[in-house]
Amino acid sequence: MSIIAPPVATPGTLVERAGLVTRLHEWVVTVDHKRLGIMYVVSGLVFFLIAGLEASVMRWQLTSAGSTIVSPQVFNRLFTVHGTTMVFLVGVPIVFGFANYLVPLMIGARDLAFPRLNAFGFWVFLFGGLLLYFSFLGGDGLYGAGSAPDVGWFAYAPLTGRAFSPGNSTDYWNLSILVTGFGTVATSINLIATTLTMRCRGMSLGRMPLYVWMMLVVAGMTVMALPPLSAAQIMLLLDRFLGAHFFDTQAGGSAVMWQHFFWFFGHPEVYILMVPGFAMISEIIPVFSRKVIFGYPMIVAASLAIGFLSMTVWAHHMFSVGMGAPLNAAFAASTMLIAVPTGIKIFNWVATMYGGRIRFATPMLFACAFLFQFLCAGLTGVTLAVVPFNWQLTDSYFVVAHFHFVLVGALIFTVFGAIYYWFPKATGRLLSERLGRWHFWLFVVGFNLTFLPMHWAGMLGMPRRIYTYPADRGWDFWNLLATLGVPFQAAAILIFLVNVVISLRRGERAGNDPWDAWTLEWATASPPPAYNFETEPVVASRRPLWDLKHPDDPDGPHE
Amino acid sequence: MSLTAAMEAVSTPSMFAPVSTPAFAIRDLSFLVLAVVTFIFVVVAGVTLYAIVRYRRRPGEDGRDPPQVYGSTQIELAWTVVPFLIVIVLFLTTTRYIFAIERHAAPADAVEVTVVGNQWWWEIRYPRLGIVTANELHVPVSDDARPTPTFITLESADVIHSFWIPQVAGKTDVIPGKTNRTWIEPRTPGTYVGQCAEFCGLQHAGMLLTVIVHPKNEFDRWVAAQQATAVDLPEARAGREVFTSVACISCHTVRGTFANGVFGPDLTHLMSRATLGAGMARNTRENLRAWVSDPAALKPGARMPAMKLSDDQLDRLVAYLVTLR
Repeated sequence: MSIIAPPVATPGTLVERAGLVTRLHEWVVTVDHKRLGIMYVVSGLVFFLIAGLEASVMRWQLTSAGSTIVSPQVFNRLFTVHGTTMVFLVGVPIVFGFANYLVPLMIGARDLAFPRLNAFGFWVFLFGGLLLYFSFLGGDGLYGAGSAPDVGWFAYAPLTGRAFSPGNSTDYWNLSILVTGFGTVATSINLIATTLTMRCRGMSLGRMPLYVWMMLVVAGMTVMALPPLSAAQIMLLLDRFLGAHFFDTQAGGSAVMWQHFFWFFGHPEVYILMVPGFAMISEIIPVFSRKVIFGYPMIVAASLAIGFLSMTVWAHHMFSVGMGAPLNAAFAASTMLIAVPTGIKIFNWVATMYGGRIRFATPMLFACAFLFQFLCAGLTGVTLAVVPFNWQLTDSYFVVAHFHFVLVGALIFTVFGAIYYWFPKATGRLLSERLGRWHFWLFVVGFNLTFLPMHWAGMLGMPRRIYTYPADRGWDFWNLLATLGVPFQAAAILIFLVNVVISLRRGERAGNDPWDAWTLEWATASPPPAYNFETEPVVASRRPLWDLKHPDDPDGPHE
Repeated sequence: MSLTAAMEAVSTPSMFAPVSTPAFAIRDLSFLVLAVVTFIFVVVAGVTLYAIVRYRRRPGEDGRDPPQVYGSTQIELAWTVVPFLIVIVLFLTTTRYIFAIERHAAPADAVEVTVVGNQWWWEIRYPRLGIVTANELHVPVSDDARPTPTFITLESADVIHSFWIPQVAGKTDVIPGKTNRTWIEPRTPGTYVGQCAEFCGLQHAGMLLTVIVHPKNEFDRWVAAQQATAVDLPEARAGREVFTSVACISCHTVRGTFANGVFGPDLTHLMSRATLGAGMARNTRENLRAWVSDPAALKPGARMPAMKLSDDQLDRLVAYLVTLR
């Protein structure tokens, strides 16, 4: 039997509401993992809106051949800053923000192991993000106002060298990402320490919620993968300011070395962003299917396998650089192999739904769309691992379609599902289901309208990162379709924002456990008090609240 | 030359309409892969859809939770082993194609070409034939009786570019400090378009590339024409005077004159090419005048400076340039 801490009254009702300045000040100086988590997610969403606007302008430009809505330079800046923002300022803070909020609650801890390091991580990330956007104003020292980076989010050498990128635009990219990287590594170390040392009584590693397991894997991957990027960025800094020649091809430096460094970070990064999506889905699907997750040990093993294999696939971004047949074949093998543990997870989620009683609340709608869109993303990923086919597809719009299916169709969809799922815990109020359904359906239609046609554009020979294209290529139709998806997505996001604003004020009261869920965060108040649990919880299985609700049939004997 | 006519027949550079051996092989492989992943998609999406529809909560059901199933070793083993077997098949097939394409040896009759990527145009050299041109790769058609594939050495003068003409071959990156090789063996005469596929700076989109596949005798005529030095027509002497007295010759070569700059495209047979500025405009007299007058107006960011010539100088210069056939 498990003993659960009794819910406590929301402290906000007891104390008098402080003034605005005081309350803002509390947010600035806070070391509370929940507040930092919320600030991470909210900042990530703000950057998401900005990156979305940048993407909309690019889609507008590409609607038809030869349009001149923006200049080539502005277009190049837009896709550089859009990509950099989405990966480093949207994906990373949102997934680590959720982990910040949820991991201590799920393991029955009071906070992360190093609360002040946690605050440091957040503020360093925010500073890095603002530094990147300051480049639109700062640039070459104000008189060249608006010299944002324009070298692409993976900033291939030697285009980033002084010879080809004079001024400061590339330095803004370099320094801002270097700085956010420090914050991300700090947070990862924090998550690892917390998970390994601060679990409540009874919560062995084998009883951790899958969300916590996967975030442990993610934190491990981050600690492995981010420092090589930071190292390469420091080398680039030395090249640009002190005349080093690491990547200076005209002085014997190596352009390909940058690619190895970058993708040694860059590919694990894809899983650093995607595994948290799996983590959220692994919590949402069981609760809304009313069934225990199917094959918990297998999912943990698959997550660890993905973590290890993700370190071995980086050069599949480089099949066309001329690595030679044996290396190409080796990286094809590792890339195809990683599809196996990924596939296992999909099968386990579907098996969890099979035989359940699925309740289609908004989080589950997003989870279902995720299953189809991620399946599509995974299969185009296998396609891209077929090296000769990759020689045609790489750097084409097919790749753009593929990674947007991964990072939007899969990750952003799960993030929205997670927001609908945990919003009541963080705020005490449910988001509107009616607006949620509008958000969901508009986003599904808009997303697929924008990104499905890009597969065809790519297979018809359209390279990525071109600001315009000749009229005789036959790409107009697919680009027009892609642009038509934009208003649907924009409307969906607008409805989501309205939903958040309205629900924060007038949303239905959530209570402690609105979804009849099973993990520890639902055992405390919504929103949880600063100390999370009045007494340290004790658990006896993977689903402590199931045990509490079904004393006749606890989980323990089945595990 | 019937290049202009050929340019008008340009169609979509679809990788599913190949005309050359590596592209044929890639298409065949892609059909296999697409068939496999489509099959997987249909099966998995079908089962998922079935689960969603069949096991949705229906109105009127009691609120009790369904039976809890914690897992099944046999089932999980099955859906681990089956994907693993599919992966092995795909990997072995892929490897066979990788080695077949990458390790293909050049026959004695192969045409050797060196393509140099520049911001933002392509220099095309035929070292054995003594030809230098730009943005148009002319090759002979290959047939079984006498295979004449073209082997291409790829070099870059500045940043990374990528050589991609989907109908003849997959892409190969063009990397400074690293010499890459690729090959094509087109089977159908015609004009096939492609462009730089690795972001290379401001005018990445304006770095188009064309392959013109000639019947064998037509290719020989093209070679002979390109090997000739520039014509020297008396009526164009005034324009040549302009050409050689302003900075044009610092960057451009015209064989037969003392213009031997190497930074920009060789202009010896400028008018044999269909486009200006690597595909930015058709190579007509009017466009040529506009280009020389202000290249950035046609191609923002182009490395060629506006020479600030007077109208009279421009007229004479263009009158000279159009004789470079």
